[in-house]
Amino acid sequence: MSESTYEPIIIGFLCNWCSYRAADLAGTARLHYSTNMRPIRVMCSGRVEPDLVLAALRNGADGVLIAGCHPGECHYLEGNLKTLRRYKLLKRMLAQFGIEKERVQLVWASASEGSALANAINRMTQELRQLGPLRWQETVIKRVDLQPAKTVEMVRDPVGEEV
Amino acid sequence: MMGAERKFKLAMYWAASCGGCEISVLNIGERLLEVDAAFDVVFWPVAFDFKYSDLRAYPDGYIDLCLFNGAIVNSENEEIAHLLRQKSKLLVAFGSCASAGGIPALANLTTRSAIFQTVYLNNPSIDNPDQVLPEPTYSAQEGELQIPTFYPTVKKLEQVVEIDYVIPGCPPEADQIWQVLQSVISILQNGTPLPPKGAVLGAMDTAVCKECVLEKHEKQIARFYRPYEIIPEPGLCLLEQGLVCLGPATRGGCGALCPKVGIGCRGCYGPLDGVDDQGARILAALSSVISAGDPKEEEQEIERKIDAAIGTLVDPAGAFYRFGMAGSLLIRARNGGSR
Amino acid sequence: MSERVGVYVCHCGTNIAGVVNVEEVARWASEQPDVAIARDYKFMCSSLGQDLIEADIEQFGLTHVVVAACSPNMHEKTFRAACERAGLNPFLFEMANIRELNSWTTKDSQAATHKAKAQIMGAIQRVIHHQPLELIPVQINPNTLILGGGIAGITAALELANGGYHVYLVEREPSIGGHMAQWDKTFPTLDCAACILTPRMVEVGQHPNITLLTYSEVEAVEGSLGNFRVTIRKKARYVNEELCTGCAICEEKCPKKVVDDVFEAGLSKRKVIYRPFPQAVPKYPVIDVANCTYFQRGKCKACQILCPANAIDFEQQDQILQVEVGNVILATGYETFDPHRIPQYGYGRLANVFTSVEFERMVNASGPTAGKILLRDQPVEPKSVAIIHCVGSRDKNFNEYCSRVCCMYSLKFAHLVRERLPDAEVYNFYIDIRAAGKRYEEFYHRVMDEGAHFIRGRVAEVTDVARALEEEGKLIVQVYDTLYGAQRRIPVDMVILSVGMEARHDARQVAQLFGLGCDASNFFTERHPKLDPVLTTAEGIFIAGGCQGPMAIPETVAQAAAAAARVISYIGKGTVMMEPIKAQIDADHCSGCRICNNLCPYKAIVYHEDQKVSEVVATLCQGCGTCVAACPSAAISGAHYTHLQLAAQIEGLLWDARMPEMAGIEGD
Repeated sequence: MSESTYEPIIIGFLCNWCSYRAADLAGTARLHYSTNMRPIRVMCSGRVEPDLVLAALRNGADGVLIAGCHPGECHYLEGNLKTLRRYKLLKRMLAQFGIEKERVQLVWASASEGSALANAINRMTQELRQLGPLRWQETVIKRVDLQPAKTVEMVRDPVGEEV
Repeated sequence: MMGAERKFKLAMYWAASCGGCEISVLNIGERLLEVDAAFDVVFWPVAFDFKYSDLRAYPDGYIDLCLFNGAIVNSENEEIAHLLRQKSKLLVAFGSCASAGGIPALANLTTRSAIFQTVYLNNPSIDNPDQVLPEPTYSAQEGELQIPTFYPTVKKLEQVVEIDYVIPGCPPEADQIWQVLQSVISILQNGTPLPPKGAVLGAMDTAVCKECVLEKHEKQIARFYRPYEIIPEPGLCLLEQGLVCLGPATRGGCGALCPKVGIGCRGCYGPLDGVDDQGARILAALSSVISAGDPKEEEQEIERKIDAAIGTLVDPAGAFYRFGMAGSLLIRARNGGSR
Repeated sequence: MSERVGVYVCHCGTNIAGVVNVEEVARWASEQPDVAIARDYKFMCSSLGQDLIEADIEQFGLTHVVVAACSPNMHEKTFRAACERAGLNPFLFEMANIRELNSWTTKDSQAATHKAKAQIMGAIQRVIHHQPLELIPVQINPNTLILGGGIAGITAALELANGGYHVYLVEREPSIGGHMAQWDKTFPTLDCAACILTPRMVEVGQHPNITLLTYSEVEAVEGSLGNFRVTIRKKARYVNEELCTGCAICEEKCPKKVVDDVFEAGLSKRKVIYRPFPQAVPKYPVIDVANCTYFQRGKCKACQILCPANAIDFEQQDQILQVEVGNVILATGYETFDPHRIPQYGYGRLANVFTSVEFERMVNASGPTAGKILLRDQPVEPKSVAIIHCVGSRDKNFNEYCSRVCCMYSLKFAHLVRERLPDAEVYNFYIDIRAAGKRYEEFYHRVMDEGAHFIRGRVAEVTDVARALEEEGKLIVQVYDTLYGAQRRIPVDMVILSVGMEARHDARQVAQLFGLGCDASNFFTERHPKLDPVLTTAEGIFIAGGCQGPMAIPETVAQAAAAAARVISYIGKGTVMMEPIKAQIDADHCSGCRICNNLCPYKAIVYHEDQKVSEVVATLCQGCGTCVAACPSAAISGAHYTHLQLAAQIEGLLWDARMPEMAGIEGD
């Protein structure tokens, strides 16, 4: 896709009790924010398994937002703290895959924090605009060369460094 | 299907492989004679002198069972994979490399050029003043020489051809190999129905922990240790002692041999059914039971403690995808991986 | 495929249709795989809209339904009910929120329409993996736990008890009554607080349906709606309640006095064996161990020696009780803002700066000065009194919110000062006068007519440093009078700080004990700020009164009664139907790794030593999915939020970004 038409796609995991209600609140209050976040409702941010984050990135998302309750406020007591741990380890590992830290973000938003959530989404959208598309299948997997290298140049050119 | 007297055709091939799968087959010991009784080996580079031209000359579907081990790293691997698919009735991805990429697929965390730099240019035991790198063709006075070309990404067998079954393991345990060969003989001789296509053979459908003899308790991991850093207490779950063990996320069937001797499972038997990404599952499991950071503390303090605990896990990508990189969701790193 | 999904795109008037091109979206949806019919309609939640769904289910044999409309928090129940009426399992339904999460957040029609398609595709791909589920009946234990014995807890307890239901009323202090027992007169009627409160306290103490546990605290809570198991520590009073007659001789004869910083706000002393106030319920005194000569040094024992009923028992132990209740009402009340945090007001440094709580005790006829208004450093009546509103409230440095009651009680103080000291000048320093209740505004006018002075400005400082002769020996209130337009210094004898209401210092711990959330100010979070102020997000846990937010007595009583009414409705039904969102472990695939065992905050996961597998106890499971995400074998499934459903939803949401799978790379 051309640079000018690129709009980041963010998959947003919103927990039913806090961040989803915050998002509802932002809408009810007619707060305008970027339309780039496509939401998935889960009961608790603790339900978000790392392989779903990877699936989102693999399937074309430019970024993933996980939004949960503030520590100490989780409707299910400590689910969000598990999310925090998984997220930390996942980020560390994603860095090894060359995925920039801005692409997977964990945000706390209580049910009353509609504008804070909207701001976080706007900020993340802007960061991803600047980073450019991820589009894993197109830019990484598709570049998994199915044809054997025909020329010396192809042998010398490593995958990905031109992107 | 012909009568019981007909000897079935067996092939084994090693692509990007260490040879361990071959050794494991030989490890079935005297039972090899029973294999010999039921099969004619028609292609097996390590043991027999069949050539590629022999292989090309076979009719399609000639080989009843082909055990293909090794990852797809270069054009030759792929070419023979296609050939063996064409010539085989049942093509089995044999061993971790063919099933999921194996150790060779760890190359996907870096780039072809970085690997070439290390192997051919920048290491203490190389003397390559002319900076010669492998090239697919070379004009010698005798004529054009061609060698296979390296692919930028290591693939598992299923990513180049359709496969019928998977036998995981690095290597698959000899006893398990024997079980599978026995079932195949029974299928070929007696017409017992084939397992569903794509099935994982020679392994359990529960994780390694089921077979592991170590005692298990509730998990609270304060930090991780590298194997040289501690001597684990015998009889006790290694994970609980902070040693990275992929047992909970790894298919059983190997007898939990590694944990038995105090080495954390490396995950070579691959993921369980219904799991898209073995590395992601063990990541979820291990991180969930990190005990650092008391919920009653300040948020920043909790984060700091979690960061410190996670920092003790050196190289998560390498640890979690040691055998399964090609079979993972992301398959490879981007832009050369981490900076 | 045999899936036949019905997709309904709601206009919601112009709320959605004004931004999202709903006709285009419906047309597009009808072309998607597995979709049997797609429609757009003005108001899907109307009975005609619901009829559409029901008719289509029958006519087209729909297997699943997707409605793209408002938030599921609004109408998920509505549409599930419509499906059920038409014979389709209500869980084979999914909503796409294209209003709150789409059309209301943007003016960009193209982007909104594009996003709506993605949301609907996500819903379609998810819903075809939905399983038919049944609601789970939960028996409701008719007993109720009420935590907190102030006016909120007392009201709720009496509502339930008079309705014939049993209540455990747990109060941390030795007596019920709460803050209201400390007040003198209540605005705007100037009813004596004790007069209207104590009859209720007595009723509680005597009620056969109320088990009163004072001087007690909740230590642990397990279970869920209908079935809570609560562990309560009844602290030792060192007084045998069976024998004590309430004669108070022990209190009279106790030789030691300490400052009473709870009930008397530090203005006077109490004995070491004491009742917090004369009308205490229950009547049994309690020994303050930290200050008791016997407990500290092994001497005295005057109370035991002189007790005619032999009721003093120094060997008494704390009791641990376990009660089983179906519902809990939290009525733990509030604390007041500590004005030490505003050093420029001089509290704690300048003797005659008082908090409102101290002043309430002072004007109370049974208080430390028998109702006389006197300076702290000398027994002299002040000739001028300053009342500073909004101390700690409406202040970005402390609490941004308005504490709602301070204007009214400040007016009350102005009235009481003028009543008791007719010659004294009273100055109210205010920002706005918030007099929003019944007869509140009239009371404000009355106080103005009585001659109180009103100065509009936030007080900068209270100081004793005089700059002029008339300021010598006085407290000077320095303020910018915004109506007058200049700085003013008003010398007074006494300053009253109208401190705001805050959440209890341990509100967060209590919230965590019961699985609730708090807001940023530590007030308990209600289910919905407009429509559901008494239920929390934890089923079966209700809140009432000051613990929910600053409020006066009428609002507190209303909330308490509302909470009680909700509990009564659950008890009346006997069985409540819960959503079947629960985790389940496939025992055949569980390897016994035990990773999940300590992940459940509800302790719903047990490990069977004999079979070496773990199991989720369905009645305890709350459906958060934390264990589902952690299981390394994917042996735990989460009903209605399965991996397959979520993965399918992701793929649907990314319908426009996914590349067709390249040949050779495995298909998904």
